Amino acid sequence: MRKTTNNKAWWLVAPVLLLVAFNAFIPLMTVVNYSFQETFGDNVFFWEGVTWFEQVLRSERFHDALLRQLLFTGMILAIEVPLGISVALSMPRKGPWVSVCLVLMALPLLIPWNVVGAMWNIFALPDIGLLGYTLNSMGFDYNFTQQPVSAWMTTVVMDVWHWTSLVVLLSYAGLCSIPDAYYQAARIDGASAWAVFRYIQLPKMKRVLTIAILLRFMDSFMIYTEPFVLTGGGPGNTTTFLSIDLVKIALGQFDLGPAAAMSLIYFLVVLLICWAFYTIMMRNEAQ
Amino acid sequence: MNKKWILPTLYILFLMLPIYGLLTMSFKTTNEILGGFSLFPQQFTLANYVKIFTDPTWYNGYINSLIYVVINTVISVAVALPAAYAFSRYRFLGDKHLFFWLLTNRMAPPAVFALPFFQLYSAIELFDTHIAVALAHCLFNIPLAVWILEGFMSGIPKELDETAYLDGYSFWRFFVRIFIPTIAAGIGVAAFFCFMYSWVELLLAKTLTSVNAKPIAATMTRTASTSGYELGLLAAAGSLTIIPGAIVIYFVRNYIAKGFALGRV
Repeated sequence: MRKTTNNKAWWLVAPVLLLVAFNAFIPLMTVVNYSFQETFGDNVFFWEGVTWFEQVLRSERFHDALLRQLLFTGMILAIEVPLGISVALSMPRKGPWVSVCLVLMALPLLIPWNVVGAMWNIFALPDIGLLGYTLNSMGFDYNFTQQPVSAWMTTVVMDVWHWTSLVVLLSYAGLCSIPDAYYQAARIDGASAWAVFRYIQLPKMKRVLTIAILLRFMDSFMIYTEPFVLTGGGPGNTTTFLSIDLVKIALGQFDLGPAAAMSLIYFLVVLLICWAFYTIMMRNEAQ
Repeated sequence: MNKKWILPTLYILFLMLPIYGLLTMSFKTTNEILGGFSLFPQQFTLANYVKIFTDPTWYNGYINSLIYVVINTVISVAVALPAAYAFSRYRFLGDKHLFFWLLTNRMAPPAVFALPFFQLYSAIELFDTHIAVALAHCLFNIPLAVWILEGFMSGIPKELDETAYLDGYSFWRFFVRIFIPTIAAGIGVAAFFCFMYSWVELLLAKTLTSVNAKPIAATMTRTASTSGYELGLLAAAGSLTIIPGAIVIYFVRNYIAKGFALGRV
């Protein structure tokens, strides 16, 4: 769209700017403030410089949590995006089943996150939960509170259960925007199903898929409540992702300095990856 | 060609299983739950639901949650509308940077902001009010609403605006009378996402409240830890949190599919 230059448009943006700045700027400055200081309580602070940043960047604990986080996000993206697209592709385009599918699929998205955690906790309990009981009676040795592998699998499957529908809904919306004429043209040309997907459906879904992948990346990278309720970060530290670790340091041990420094590094990592992805996608779109 | 229904059906089945587990558990007594696994409740009981609907600490949790979610959705969509219009129609100083800066707030992990938010809202004496949670959730909902609405508005040809101005409409009259009805689907989708993210968020909502505005999700965590492990009660409360979401989805179901498509053709 051609846009006209108009600096008065700032007035339209002003309310958003004020509200978000109030919520983002002041807390962020508080965090920055803490990250350079040491405190022993009573609101007495000492300048510490970059000590905390060095400490966090060198600590094994942070590296492990970051690695777990990257692994987790990579796994759920690798499962949710292809699964979401395939479900969207095989959904009906019209008829009474469309509403049924959409409503049922959107359900997990609107369940409070701690309820999701609690639900999966109950579902996976080895002796009395539906999943845990079934797996164990089928002969699998499954106990997510004690085995790291079971805990990981349960966390990943829970996230797939929880969020794949977002990818489905967005892809489906993209698919619905393709006019029938495109498919007719493809049929006349004798295009294969793969060619239709590659040259018609995928390009049309590109923009919504970008949104879906970005949202899934951001949200899975800051996941806290669901794994916290499900496993509490355990067994041991095997499912302690970045946010869980951060809350442990900040509110559990009340180490404000290191927690603040870690927050900033954490935030910068998310920002950097999102910025890279966003820039690449926008460049592709411009071409 | 006609085997297409298999995948969505299996997928929906997979989605329903844990919900089924939760529902059956909510109709069982605690003794039966701890006694062992069964597919159906043996001694069907409604006691868990009765407890929730008669105990004010429980049902107030639902009311509190709904209040701040609705306030947040209204604020987010209302301020995002003009901003999204500005981003979709005009070029102005720093527009691209501003847009990305807005998105960065969507990327900020709530865990980072929990403690500073507590201090900020205590300082302005809004701690433990609905409006505090509603405002705090604006941090991630406003950027999302702007992002979604901007997409929709970019799909509306600019000729619509120009024709209206030629016909003598003032900006606000055009905006309210013509433009907003045109992008009703987009507003539906944006409101849906704001409702969703505010309804499901717990960390900030829990940090910013203690008694008067305590969300249902926080009431549940307390139950899980203090009054023994009342799984039945927990399951009943969890089942009830699904209902508001289900109602909202039902109303916007047509918008979701048609809605996102609007700006993309």
